[in-house]
Amino acid sequence: MIRVQAEDFDVGRELEKLSDGNHGVGGVCSFVGLVRDIAGDKTIKAMTLEHYPEMTEPALAKIEAEAHDRWPLEETLIIHRYGRLEPGDRIVLVAAASAHREAAFEACHFLIDWLKTQAPFWKLEETPDGGQWVDARSSDGRAAERWLADKPQDKPQDKPQDKPKGKPGAAE
Amino acid sequence: MKILYFAWLREKAGIAEEDVSPPETVTTVAELVEWMKSRGGGFAEAFADEGMVRVAVNQEHVRTDHPVAAGDEIAFFPPITGG
Repeated sequence: MIRVQAEDFDVGRELEKLSDGNHGVGGVCSFVGLVRDIAGDKTIKAMTLEHYPEMTEPALAKIEAEAHDRWPLEETLIIHRYGRLEPGDRIVLVAAASAHREAAFEACHFLIDWLKTQAPFWKLEETPDGGQWVDARSSDGRAAERWLADKPQDKPQDKPQDKPKGKPGAAE
Repeated sequence: MKILYFAWLREKAGIAEEDVSPPETVTTVAELVEWMKSRGGGFAEAFADEGMVRVAVNQEHVRTDHPVAAGDEIAFFPPITGG
């Protein structure tokens, strides 16, 4: 599930919904990203998240599909906010529900790392010196690349239609 | 083709979107960027540091050798900083 919205979300309720009625879920792992009040040595009063609406949802859907391709997941969730946010506000929630914890932990980590380099969002911070666009961090690029290196080799890389599977959703 | 600008590229270009008709010799993203720069002003400034410019053609991340054609939606933006 993917949602791109200006409004806040209720983490507890969202996580509950992930396993609601599905007793095959043995664990839900989640990550919540928040607005900090400091960046380097500068105080941040607020930040504005800009995005590319026509591209955001397809990009997030691709990231989610990639996670389902790599791990046996029951359900995943990505909620990303846009607009003006203040310190302490929630920016993003990613969560993965699986039968076992390992897939849930890894998929959750993958979702947030991948999102940070693939989903078209940009942060403008309000500092005492005025508005400043946040620079991409090379550590985010490296964090995402790690998952490229870790990609299981026995799966087709680019052609999901070549999968030796019967139906989509047939768990391995 | 429709051009979109985001974040500081939008600020430097001075517009969020526009329709352009570059000459027929412009067939790739790299050639389009060169043509953009030749328009001068805010455009030259926006594309001054090409290493900081990312591109999507029809909502897909692409490299600068990707083809462009009439009817495409081409977005220029800095490296992503979401999450």
